[in-house]
Amino acid sequence: MAASKGIERYTIPVGPIHPALKEPIRLDLGIDGEEIVDVDVIVGQVHRGIEWLGMNRNNPVQNIYIAERVCGICNICHPFAYIMAVEQAAGITPPERAEYIRTIIAEMERIHSHLLWAGVAAHEIGFDTVFYLVWRVREEIMDLIEYVTGNRVTKAMFQIGGVRRDITEEQFPRIRKSLDYYKSILNQLKTVFLDDRMIQMRTRNVGVLKAEDALKFLAVGPTARASGVTKDVRQDQAYGAYADMDIRAITPDVLTGTIIGDVYDRIIVRLLEVKQSIEIIEQCLDKMPSGTILVEPKIAKLLAMLKKAEGEGVGRAEAPRGEVIHYVRLEAERETLAAWKIRAPTYTNLMSIPTILKGGQIADVPIAFGSIDPCMSCTNRAIVVDRKTNKKSMLTYEELHELSIEKTRRLKAEFDR
Amino acid sequence: MSLNSFKRALWLYHINAGSCNGCDIEILATLTPRYDVERFGIVLVGSPRHADVLAVTGPVPRQMVSRLKRVYEQIPDPKVVLQVGSCGMEGGVFHESYNLVGPVDQIIPVDVYVPGCPPRPEAIIEGVVKAWVKLEKAAEQRIT
Repeated sequence: MAASKGIERYTIPVGPIHPALKEPIRLDLGIDGEEIVDVDVIVGQVHRGIEWLGMNRNNPVQNIYIAERVCGICNICHPFAYIMAVEQAAGITPPERAEYIRTIIAEMERIHSHLLWAGVAAHEIGFDTVFYLVWRVREEIMDLIEYVTGNRVTKAMFQIGGVRRDITEEQFPRIRKSLDYYKSILNQLKTVFLDDRMIQMRTRNVGVLKAEDALKFLAVGPTARASGVTKDVRQDQAYGAYADMDIRAITPDVLTGTIIGDVYDRIIVRLLEVKQSIEIIEQCLDKMPSGTILVEPKIAKLLAMLKKAEGEGVGRAEAPRGEVIHYVRLEAERETLAAWKIRAPTYTNLMSIPTILKGGQIADVPIAFGSIDPCMSCTNRAIVVDRKTNKKSMLTYEELHELSIEKTRRLKAEFDR
Repeated sequence: MSLNSFKRALWLYHINAGSCNGCDIEILATLTPRYDVERFGIVLVGSPRHADVLAVTGPVPRQMVSRLKRVYEQIPDPKVVLQVGSCGMEGGVFHESYNLVGPVDQIIPVDVYVPGCPPRPEAIIEGVVKAWVKLEKAAEQRIT
């Protein structure tokens, strides 16, 4: 990943931030003509000291809200992994009904996150109509999330040893209605994304990550699965209620018969996973056991229990972007956590970015980079080094986006002829 | 509210100053068909030099301070700063963290605050309307 000689790093202001992927990140690209020969990724602009807060200010229950705000999009899988780690450390077993509710919420989040990504991906290649279409469709799941949890974005459902809100029988019809809506439009979305010649031309053989590279760079989530690596925490180390479900890691050959590992394959995997999530929620609703939803409803008692506990725990959850891991250590007589370590999926996925971008064109950077669904990202500005003239120039995101749209137009003109 | 001085469509530039993405996706949701502020001509633009309103999200970590200032300075006058989310107002859930320099109003002047973690799209729209009124006044003063 190291930048080669000839590329000088600048302190770049976080420039035009893309309206969809809005987190600051910097990519240094070495360019030979139109071709990308070198890539460096610089992160750390959004460091908020969350782990430090968890170890010094908050008690384990208060940490749940901090874990939720690690990321506003994955704000179910982070607390999910966190409470699993704490429960493991303290030896708490959540009731079965709580596990099912957790699973339902986690899958709702996956639907919303994948649709969000699909819209953004369409925007990256200049199809704003599709972007608006997908985001309109996405509002349905946002309504459902609000109906079930009381909130659109941060859901605040989790509690150590269970969940805070129940999903009752009366709510099932409303949930099923939304799921039916998604089932009815899924084929339409597939046509829009997968049968469109322009999208195929922009995404086929772009940003290829081969299976061996995906293994080498520890890619996780849809990025790995699109390369044919059958890696899915829900399947490999079932947590929550996933052990009772019928889950298989989705690879693109289910639909096309081949695995290329390009952007197109990543679109396939995410669309199929929306379908999978719908099926999981339906199975959960069918099998939902009765019983309590919390081991210890009194927070003071729970805190006393956690204060006495000693031990360490690891929570692994499959976020929409891949595997998220939380490590927690509890020490007796200590109110805060003794140790808390978070590893988010994008962190490992970024390792494959140089491979994905190398050999591609500058105009393909937005879609190729966006295809890993970076949770902390945006190609806000890139330093472009032309190897032949050794001239350095900076591309703003807008120019990059313009290049991307231009390429779509050019291909369209060629296609129409 | 009559718009006499500020007769253009309102253009927003959004900067993520260390936000968790929660506010950011809600800002985006206000633009998309359900809430659709674009019908009023409110558009997100890609460059601060085109913008009338700066929407800031996030509690401003150390690395973002100089960038936030530079973006603010690049926006032409008259301008209004719309601060979205509780963490930028007073640190919110991240207060006491060692890496925060914010709140936002310690770094750049803020005109409209939208509290919430994250605020609902309706709240963000109300914030934008307030920013518009303020911009109208600022534009008026420039004319007279």
